[in-house]
Amino acid sequence: MNKLVILLLFLIIILLPFLGIGDYILRIAIMAGIYIILASSLNLVTGIAGQVSLGHAAFYGIGAYTSALLSLKLGVSFWGAMVAAALVAGVMGFVIGLPSLRLKGGYLVITTLGFNEIVRLILINWDSLTRGPMGLPGIPAPSMFGRAFQSNVPYYYLILALAAITLFIIYSILNSRIGRNLLAIREDDVAAEAMGINPSRYKVTAFVIGAVLAGIAGSFYAHFVSYIDPQSFSFDESVTILSMVVLGGMGSMAGAILGAVLMVALPELLRFLVQYRMLIYGLVLVVMMLVRPMGILGKVPFDLNFVLGAKRPDRTRERGAG
Amino acid sequence: MFLQQLVNGITLGSTYALTAIGYTLVFGILELINFSHGSVYMAGAFIFYILATQLKMNFIAAFALSAAMTGMLGLVLEKMALKPLRKKGAAKITALISTIGISIILQNGVMLLMGSETKGFPSVFQGRYFNVFGTDVAFIQVFILLFSLVLMLALSYLIKSTRMGKAMRATAQNSEAAALMGISIDSVVSFTFFLGSFMAAVSGILVGMYYKSIDPGIGYLAGLKAFSAAVLGGIGVLPGAMLGGILIGISEILAAGYIHPGYRDAVAFAILILMLIIKPGGLLGKPTQRKV
Repeated sequence: MNKLVILLLFLIIILLPFLGIGDYILRIAIMAGIYIILASSLNLVTGIAGQVSLGHAAFYGIGAYTSALLSLKLGVSFWGAMVAAALVAGVMGFVIGLPSLRLKGGYLVITTLGFNEIVRLILINWDSLTRGPMGLPGIPAPSMFGRAFQSNVPYYYLILALAAITLFIIYSILNSRIGRNLLAIREDDVAAEAMGINPSRYKVTAFVIGAVLAGIAGSFYAHFVSYIDPQSFSFDESVTILSMVVLGGMGSMAGAILGAVLMVALPELLRFLVQYRMLIYGLVLVVMMLVRPMGILGKVPFDLNFVLGAKRPDRTRERGAG
Repeated sequence: MFLQQLVNGITLGSTYALTAIGYTLVFGILELINFSHGSVYMAGAFIFYILATQLKMNFIAAFALSAAMTGMLGLVLEKMALKPLRKKGAAKITALISTIGISIILQNGVMLLMGSETKGFPSVFQGRYFNVFGTDVAFIQVFILLFSLVLMLALSYLIKSTRMGKAMRATAQNSEAAALMGISIDSVVSFTFFLGSFMAAVSGILVGMYYKSIDPGIGYLAGLKAFSAAVLGGIGVLPGAMLGGILIGISEILAAGYIHPGYRDAVAFAILILMLIIKPGGLLGKPTQRKV
């Protein structure tokens, strides 16, 4: 039964542009894809490594601006610009992550908040490069096999591929030595250190990978909407991404996906609530912590074996721990 | 010119110091970075604004009442959103996320109620100033300095010599041992949140009068600067918050005057990152042992 539902879901996702949905819904699906990358990468930092970051939108913005500026000013192709965006975001992640993550305690939450503000200030004040609050228009569409993207369909498949790669990377990390070490650090960093794990090294690694993935999402976003301005990468955006992770379930890959899809789709469905959007996100954070800190999908594991029906994971142990 | 900048910097810095006290007290007792502190600061300024301009209360009454009301707000927020987590023994990350949520609710709640545009803030000094050795000193600056000084002296006395102050210090050292000695941890935490929020409100009102304007977004930068001040001085150390606040205020004004006014808000952040790299314990911090 489960297997059938999942198979059907996969089919729908793959054939989505040909199911007779309008361009509007396809666009929402593409935005959902971007947020799946953002939420999953933040989940790696916050859910899996246990470090709260409020600057994810800054790396998203750095990726978007790097990519847009490279293709507008230097004529770099989309693919080259995307690689550069990932690199620049990763380096910035290292610069911010290293001092904040070396220490115990939630320093990261304030340094990332500050970093987000500084990035916004620089984007607004560095007129000659970024055109300040006016933003950057006319970012060229990506091209593949010598042809530029014309409709939303190629964008959909590109973001689908990027999201799949992101999920694969995070899945591989989770099931590797790094992932197990991160979980150990999250649960008890003193015990982890006693076992010979260097907490700051793994925390910084997770943070940099998160920043790189956010940078890639930013690059895609810039070339998809073709116009970016500093306001799209503000603190509110970071809060939105964090709310997605918390709502879906911290530490759960399926949760981050669900959170991203829900929170992209709901404001579209509930237009009248738009002015209360941020207020609702704040409530989501507080209420979830009080009622269900593990989020909607809490400890539901993201396991390929489970998806393929090969083996049911042992849930009893986890229920006991939760 | 330099002297003028110094006066402005110290004035601003003493308001950061008042806000930093809230971070440092809560961190000392709960080891929690209270992210909602900046928004509480903003709420304090708005409560004063409503009392003074819309309800036409007299200045001193509005000042005292809004600071007390903000203190109560901090206390109630802790009771509603943090205490249940503490009782459940939830992971530290849940409390941190909860304070982020509170901060967003406060900011957006104020924005929906009062509108997001900048509001003219009442000041009783009407921009009057006097001249000392060629340096203009505004009445409001003298008021801010004296008032902050008195508050900090009172606070030092409170922490050092009163029963509650001793209970706070004992809890900060070892909350379990303090509880065994008959100290009610809940009332210590409540009092700490009241005190920190009270100070933040005073700071918010003073800054509002200084700049003659407020808006619902003022909390984030003020919170960031005050936190940087707390880290610079040594988080958890009370005199550190005061020293850090003054230093951040001066460096901000000097950077705005001599480097670039657009980046004045970036200075506190740069100092914060540098401190975390060079001396995370802060200028006045003592090396601590990790409790396991």
